[in-house]
Amino acid sequence: MRKPQRLGFIYLSLFVALLLTVMPMPQIVKLARPDWALLVLMYWTLALPQRVSVITAFFTGFIVDVLVGTVLGVNALAFSVVIFVVAQHHLKIRNFAVVQQALLLGLLLALYQLLLFWLSHFLTGVYFRPQYLWPVLTGMLVWPWLFWLLRRYRRQLKIQ
Amino acid sequence: MNQIYSRGPSLPLRLFLAVVCSAGLMFLDRYTDSSTQLRSYLTAAASPLFYVASLPQALFSGASEQFMSQQTVLDENARLKETLLQQSGQLQLLRFLQQENEKLRALLGSSAAIEDKSLVAEVLAVYSHPFSHQVVLNKGSNDGVTEFQPVIDDQGVVGQVVSVGPSSSRALLISDNTHALAVRAERTGVRAIVEGLGQWDLLRVMHLPHSTDIREGDRLLTSGLDGRFPEGYPVAKVVRISQDASQPFMVVYAEPYARLDRIRHVLLLSGRSEAMAEAAEILPPEQP
Repeated sequence: MRKPQRLGFIYLSLFVALLLTVMPMPQIVKLARPDWALLVLMYWTLALPQRVSVITAFFTGFIVDVLVGTVLGVNALAFSVVIFVVAQHHLKIRNFAVVQQALLLGLLLALYQLLLFWLSHFLTGVYFRPQYLWPVLTGMLVWPWLFWLLRRYRRQLKIQ
Repeated sequence: MNQIYSRGPSLPLRLFLAVVCSAGLMFLDRYTDSSTQLRSYLTAAASPLFYVASLPQALFSGASEQFMSQQTVLDENARLKETLLQQSGQLQLLRFLQQENEKLRALLGSSAAIEDKSLVAEVLAVYSHPFSHQVVLNKGSNDGVTEFQPVIDDQGVVGQVVSVGPSSSRALLISDNTHALAVRAERTGVRAIVEGLGQWDLLRVMHLPHSTDIREGDRLLTSGLDGRFPEGYPVAKVVRISQDASQPFMVVYAEPYARLDRIRHVLLLSGRSEAMAEAAEILPPEQP
């Protein structure tokens, strides 16, 4: 028999990420908030692709939709697609150095913003402004620290 | 090692499922009416999370109020007293004018405007995506908030409630680009529609012919013709007009009076006047 897999801790980290997603911030840095939920999902998909992948991403995206007030399903779709790409290539991405990972995941974060903008543009007709791309940069900057933190978390708690 | 666990649908199939589900959700949310109900349930389910997320902010501001110096508090108190005195002076005049107005209306035989009741709500400091200009309020159906209730602050119209949970609700701001409301220019009485652009400080006045008499600095008030907002509340000030003959209509921009990016306390208006009820019967309710 296997030991309990401690999956609860994965969901706990996702919950914290969701809290950070809606946490109030000063006006100036508001638009630069990294996409915490997506970054945490990316980490778990790279580390444990058999536990966390597209379906978890879909539900997390749906909760993000509810929390931040975008059209329901927009974030869910964008999360699913991005996490699908990560899950398909998790073996390759894992082998990169953390900085290289950050660059590559930056591309995926840009893809996420693009999908989000396209869908919102078709559904509600929003206009594009370059400030919307700040989360890509901050996400890339945050990734090495987040990676380190979550790896320690995973190893300490022996989540498999 | 995990052969047992890699069973279940393959990755592309899962993606396909997720895409189909999200497309269904988007359609449901954008093109059907059942989404208001659904969103209300979801807001209700998410409201504890909103409270938890705004906790640090609440603690900080609570602490800073605790340590505010007595002098600051005294100054603030003096200032507030002065404002109160001024405003209650104005209110006396307003009562008189209101009575006079009712008498005149009775003489004209037109319906009297019913006095609005209102409810003060605080904006929970939680984040909304820049694509959707919404705020979460700390009052819900337990306090008597209903859907489509107009929201104003001390400067002007802020928006309307779009989904209600038991202890929190979500309001759509007038700057959201899915929001539009009917206005009237104070100076000339020209009627128009004001639409949000997705920017905090700019709204667009739609479909004004080139011959319309409108100037920079004109005040736009709600006209009450949309059946949602009561008549006469200030909405925005015209800031820019460009007349380009190649365009079918004038391009007019207005700046909202309410500081939409830093609202803290708002008033929820309730009680519809008869004129609004009539207007609502004539006009089909617009999509929020």
